[in-house]
Amino acid sequence: MRVALFLTCVNDTLYPDTGRAVVKLLTRLGVDVDFPMGQTCCGQAHYNTGYRHEAEPLARQFSDVFREYEAIVTPSGSCGAMVRELYPRMGERARAEGRGDTLARTLAPVVPKTYELTEFLVDVLGVTDVGAYYPHTVTYHPTCHGLRGLGLGERPRRLLQAVKGLELRELPGADECCGFGGTFAVKNSDVSAAMGADKVRNAESTGADVLCAADNSCLMHIGGTMTRLRTGMRPVHIAEILASTEEEPLG
Amino acid sequence: MSSRELILGRVRRALADVQPDDTPYEQAVPRGYLREHGDLSVEETVELLAENLADYRAIVHRTDTAGLAGTIAGLLAAHGSSTVLVPPGLPQEWLAATETARVADRVESTPDELDQVDSVITACALAIAETGTIVLDGSPDQGRRRITLVPDHHICVVRVPDQVVSSVPQALERLDPTRPLTWISGPSATSDIELDRVEGVHGPRTLEVVLVAPSVD
Amino acid sequence: MSGTFVGMPAFPKAAHEAVHNTTLRGNLRHATHTIRGKRAKAVMEMSDWAELRDAGKRIKDHTLRHLDRYLVQLEESVTAAGGTVHWAADADEANRIVTYLVKATGESEVVKVKSMATQEIGLNEALEAEDIHAYETDLAELIVQLGKDRPSHILVPAIHRNRGEIRDIFAREMSEWGRPAPEGLTDSPAELAEAARLHLREKFLRAKVGVSGANFMVADTGTLVVVESEGNGRMCLTLPETLISVVGIEKIVPTWQDLEVFLQTLPRSSTAERMNPYTSTWTGTTDSETADGPSTFHLVLIDNGRTDTLADEVGRQALRCIRCSACLNVCPVYERAGGHAYGSVYPGPIGAILSPQLRGTASEIDASLPYASSLCGACYEVCPVAIDIPEVLVHLRERVAQGGPATEKGNKVVLKPAKGHAAERAAMRAARWALSHPGALRTGQRLASRTRRLHPRTLPGPGKAWSASRDLPAVPAEPFRDWWQRTNGGRTNGGKQEGTK
Repeated sequence: MRVALFLTCVNDTLYPDTGRAVVKLLTRLGVDVDFPMGQTCCGQAHYNTGYRHEAEPLARQFSDVFREYEAIVTPSGSCGAMVRELYPRMGERARAEGRGDTLARTLAPVVPKTYELTEFLVDVLGVTDVGAYYPHTVTYHPTCHGLRGLGLGERPRRLLQAVKGLELRELPGADECCGFGGTFAVKNSDVSAAMGADKVRNAESTGADVLCAADNSCLMHIGGTMTRLRTGMRPVHIAEILASTEEEPLG
Repeated sequence: MSSRELILGRVRRALADVQPDDTPYEQAVPRGYLREHGDLSVEETVELLAENLADYRAIVHRTDTAGLAGTIAGLLAAHGSSTVLVPPGLPQEWLAATETARVADRVESTPDELDQVDSVITACALAIAETGTIVLDGSPDQGRRRITLVPDHHICVVRVPDQVVSSVPQALERLDPTRPLTWISGPSATSDIELDRVEGVHGPRTLEVVLVAPSVD
Repeated sequence: MSGTFVGMPAFPKAAHEAVHNTTLRGNLRHATHTIRGKRAKAVMEMSDWAELRDAGKRIKDHTLRHLDRYLVQLEESVTAAGGTVHWAADADEANRIVTYLVKATGESEVVKVKSMATQEIGLNEALEAEDIHAYETDLAELIVQLGKDRPSHILVPAIHRNRGEIRDIFAREMSEWGRPAPEGLTDSPAELAEAARLHLREKFLRAKVGVSGANFMVADTGTLVVVESEGNGRMCLTLPETLISVVGIEKIVPTWQDLEVFLQTLPRSSTAERMNPYTSTWTGTTDSETADGPSTFHLVLIDNGRTDTLADEVGRQALRCIRCSACLNVCPVYERAGGHAYGSVYPGPIGAILSPQLRGTASEIDASLPYASSLCGACYEVCPVAIDIPEVLVHLRERVAQGGPATEKGNKVVLKPAKGHAAERAAMRAARWALSHPGALRTGQRLASRTRRLHPRTLPGPGKAWSASRDLPAVPAEPFRDWWQRTNGGRTNGGKQEGTK
């Protein structure tokens, strides 16, 4: 199966470890992973900030880069939701504006074959035990776009529960937003920070060493709050936990 | 141009995208929801009504036709009521056992006069089991809306099982929209202080519901 | 809308104060968390919730798509049942009509059922200007009115007040308005409710004019519906001789049967009850022999920005709203910013999409509301008529940032981008250019990596908005794409995982 890794611009630039972890994990599971060098950004930040027209060329570029692959895998719930939920909507809006079907037709091929990583593992590969080893106490935060946009449900937790050595602790108020929200984090920084602080306090109350999520944007916000509040907890992307083995432990 | 024409004109311009052959009402709404929840027997439905009424702090009593007058007399006595409002069509025999002074439901009565009455007793149009609701429709055995509002103690008689429906959809089917309706689910309450429910504000603070079954004889 | 909200600062500024008000934060957290769990439980009881939600959405959508027809039908039904229908294009006209109708009765006071529409048009202030006293009778509205405060929640306008504060307001203010609070009033909710009962009773019993809104208006029967808890609604709807109901034109449902959907979804979504304590329905007036309730009934239908909202194909879904307030109760932003920060009688997520549509996006507060959300989607999830609030928020952000077509007072206009977004627009365009050119992105990434030792963990200037509360992530030694290329996707030597943090 020829699978493209859509890493996302944030991970590419700031979190290459997550990208390497996805490659390692998928390779271990027998998947032939490619990283098309033409990829940049899905356009989510533009779209959600009100710059839909600036997002359109990025979406077209995404489609050009990825359309020939059998599956597109991304370690980001929000970028996955952008492609799956919002690309069709962008096509509809262009049509409603009298710009015809071109955009909708261009974007249509990539929509159904874009998967968030945990979806790809559980639904496409059909695995929940990926043979990982991670001897730490972990609490899991389901990020909003994964939880409510893509409907990831129990998939991430099932994957984590199968990890050897990992002790999973329930996060109180797990389904509440961490307060990142893209440009919300700066446009409404007071509210965003208050939400982040509450999330971190809930995470601390579990006594876990690690807060795990499937989206580094949220983890950047939570992690930045954690170090500022000097909690001693670490944010770790789920891919890095699932990639970790006894032979090659990570984190 | 009148504001009526102005608003209707704005509405029509706003809906320029809606095609004339837009789906008609009958097909626009799929009603895949349930007509009632669960498959309860008649007895179970009455039981559910009693449970849900009590859950919202209505006081529920069960009796049969023969015992009704005695039950009502007991409730009025226990409440210490010296006067009771009576709608014109209330079956006379319901009050056969009580000495409490009757006050008629009259057009001329002022709200202040109604406020002096201790209790009110009425029948109802129907009751809804799933929500613990009684519905009054102003029929002669229920009287004007205000008589069940101003007095602080309301006794409502529900004939079971005939007047009990399972669900809200079933209730609306049986009710006449041209009549003024009052749906009552427990005594008056509020969630306005810290979003937590407290009973007892402007409506009757005591709601007693008598479920009366036909006598077996 | 209400004059009390004129000149509100933008949302972030108003929220700044609220976030640091620990009493307010505590009150809101307590109240919203109490109701969240209860709502979830009340909804779980209904195995057909998804179908009810879908039916509610479709009933409202269908009605809105044929609103002209249903308005005319409603007018006919209400008139045939003995009511009089008035039409008001905006708040001023609605206030003039109501003032005129009250004056015609010769009365100088009215009792009011809680109504969002009359708050929206600022009716109380308009009546007061004509020496007509409007008494709010809903407990929370009473708390707001006595406290000379502003509402902060759709269902529970005094949600920002805890029981102790309510006690103090009652003890201090009730005597100014009528019967004083009982001596030695404590902060027990039952005692506070009792105090409200005693205080308002004399007003109910003498009232000759009642003013209400309505939760629903049934086009085919002309029936109006008010859903409430306390019995103050019943008092205002049945004791006065004249009833004036002020209702937004979007409150119509086509048929009596349609109520079977909303009377199941509304109570569970708002107060988390299987059914609210009291629901009143009335169809015009009764004949003189029956004489049940007011002998005179006026219905004032208001537009006040609704037709402008209707003209927007994405934004019109906001008109489905049945004012349950479930979206406020689950919203993490509302919980921390409080209702006042939204600068409107419609706070929370629904307010953030309704106010900028009803009022336009010209003011500072209205232009800031579409951004008052992290787009977490909790509001959409609980909405009983499936309003995709995040979708409309993003749509309105576009209107603010980019301008474009809109409708104002029935006229098509092309809006200019709002002020203060020029730098953002330029940055977005530049980012789009860089991201359209993978080579440019790479150059930027390498530059960042090479200079990474120099990067601070906090930022000056506009970046402070981030780094005032959060550290920045460290920039890695090389971006992923360089690693991929250098190691052929990890297949060659250098591909061994190595820590870069």
